Amino acid sequence: MTRALTVAALVGNPNAGKSALFNALTGARQKIANYPGVTVERKAGRLLLPSGEPVELVDLPGSYALDATSPDEEVTRKVIMGEQEGQAQPDVIVLVLDSSNLEQHLVFAQEVIELGRPTVVALNMVDLAERDGLTLDPAALQSALGVPVIPTVAVRRRGLDALAVAIAAARDRVNSDPPAPRPHITLPERRMQAHEMARAAILSETARHRLHARLDRVLLHPWAGPPILFALLFVVFQAVFSWATPFADGLEAAVGLLGDLVKAVMPPSLLRDLVTEGVIAGVGSVVVFLPQIVILFFFILTMEATGYMARAAFLMDRLMAGVGLSGRSFIPLLSSFACAIPGIMATRSITDPRDRLTTILIAPMMTCSARLPVYAVIIAAFIPDRMVGPGIGLQGLVLFALYVAGIIGAMVVALVLRRSVTKGAASGFIMELPKYQLPTVKDLALGLWQRAFVFLRRAGTMIFTVTVVLWLLLNFPRAEPGQDQVDASIAGTMANGLSVVLGPIGFNRDMSLAVIPAMAAREVAVSSLATTYAVSAPDEDEDAAAVALGDQLRAHWTLPMALAFLAWFVFAPQCLATIAVARRETNGWKWPAFMLGYLFTLAYLAAGATFWAASAAGLQ
Amino acid sequence: MLARYGSATGVTLDLLPIGTPARIAAVDWSVLVAEEARRLRALGLDVGARVTLAHRGVFLGRDPLAVEIGRMTVAIRRVHARAMQVEPITETAPA
Repeated sequence: MTRALTVAALVGNPNAGKSALFNALTGARQKIANYPGVTVERKAGRLLLPSGEPVELVDLPGSYALDATSPDEEVTRKVIMGEQEGQAQPDVIVLVLDSSNLEQHLVFAQEVIELGRPTVVALNMVDLAERDGLTLDPAALQSALGVPVIPTVAVRRRGLDALAVAIAAARDRVNSDPPAPRPHITLPERRMQAHEMARAAILSETARHRLHARLDRVLLHPWAGPPILFALLFVVFQAVFSWATPFADGLEAAVGLLGDLVKAVMPPSLLRDLVTEGVIAGVGSVVVFLPQIVILFFFILTMEATGYMARAAFLMDRLMAGVGLSGRSFIPLLSSFACAIPGIMATRSITDPRDRLTTILIAPMMTCSARLPVYAVIIAAFIPDRMVGPGIGLQGLVLFALYVAGIIGAMVVALVLRRSVTKGAASGFIMELPKYQLPTVKDLALGLWQRAFVFLRRAGTMIFTVTVVLWLLLNFPRAEPGQDQVDASIAGTMANGLSVVLGPIGFNRDMSLAVIPAMAAREVAVSSLATTYAVSAPDEDEDAAAVALGDQLRAHWTLPMALAFLAWFVFAPQCLATIAVARRETNGWKWPAFMLGYLFTLAYLAAGATFWAASAAGLQ
Repeated sequence: MLARYGSATGVTLDLLPIGTPARIAAVDWSVLVAEEARRLRALGLDVGARVTLAHRGVFLGRDPLAVEIGRMTVAIRRVHARAMQVEPITETAPA
């Protein structure tokens, strides 16, 4: 065999600790992409064998059996069988088993070993098993399974070298002596075997560890559980807004300093304006939201890593069932509060296709972090900062109302969709509740870094491009003396055209103008408003240009207009990336087109209703 | 000996008292969606399995249920549990 690179794949049940093992084996050198044609994430990294030879290690989605019931499990099956496009068949399969759940995990393990591929078993999380009162005999398991069994503790890096040695040995053995496929046995037989093997491998066993049961008794309590979940979610959102403030202020100051610095070193010119008004102001106004995104993802990743996320799904199932969904939809929808893109991608774990489609269609209504800049700027400018109750500020209340409006809108739409376009039998809810675990700092840090990197890459590429293009459209053609630059520009002409449609719901030219580039990303609305008012400020009047965006908005907008703008952003599907992901996930343009249509209609109606109601109420 | 199928007198899993160990005696797969049936089987919820009901419902709802099977806890809906006939395991008569 003269293959360039050996491929090994991590295979196992969900919650076997595969990802932690993958992180421990490959470190931060990971490549994350999608398998061609499907949207299942492909995680690959480099593992070094004792000889120094690199091996490509692929982390396959968790599976309970080879007869797939979800797109994720389908990929696992195809990769193992060597049928997955864009992925060479793994030379070695590394079966990851949870030591404290052997009987269950040995069922799938037997099915994989039966295939006769070179296989190594990682008996993972042996420390948790010991904590759970289990003493295991890896040698007994090895002779029962007929493949090497290596005890590992991924989070403490125990057994990793031995595992690498076993992978190398399994790969080399296949060249001289390929293993023969074993006789196929039925599921009940396999389960019986698993029971026997687990019994033989368990040397001693005390009563089931009480910790998980005790935690569940509180966290899944029919009366105490839901309030605990809501209190936790409240803390999360509180943290997103308050903890992030000092970091965001720091970033904002840095962006301001950078702008001043460029102004100081570059001679006045259109190019300098492009750099300061376009690039630095535009990209900077988006980058300041990095702290909030990191904090939100910190909580989401922690809830996932500790095992609480599955409990949250359990607690929310009844509520979601009311609108025809299941607890499984809760996790993607919660992620959508950070960003609809990971949210829509997380719907892959929903097994029912109609459930999944419904969740994809309503995910954009969850208030994502990109709306925050828009909400924050408008609220700060128009909603007075006063208390309406003990500890309840009016600004916070309006923000909360915007979140609630999105949630209620999503629930109503889900209810309607489940009775019309995604009609079908009510979906079930079957989900393993994993053991509680302390998350490891390294895994958390790695996850956060990956999320932050994706956000910054977006700010550095797409948002950068859009901001620069918008600046160019705003500045050309140049205005005649005495003419407003925005009115003269291409962008102004486009906005005037759009105003014909958006005028009736209270949008002026600048608002219509902000809506166009916001299609690329909602937060661009803020930078485009900033750019527009910076461009329209008289050239020599540095003071006017320095006037805060909030003052500019107050000078040009009325309160009903501002409220209509907020209502628009609750519903409007202003994010090309989300639409692109929805297209990929639904394999066509039909559903993204439907999503665009119904969300724009909702946005238009909501903004219009808000504008007319606020005007009729005499708000100024 | 309990009737294996179609027993109207047997206790179904959703009615089992919390914390009572029981064995699944029969499952009426025909009332379940095929894919969900397969998923339940993959998780080991099948005839012969030892189960304990750990949690039931949120607020006044009786849905969903948390079932302990081996050292694993699985959330299922009441409709799934209602398709499963169980017989309580008494400590004096082990397997």
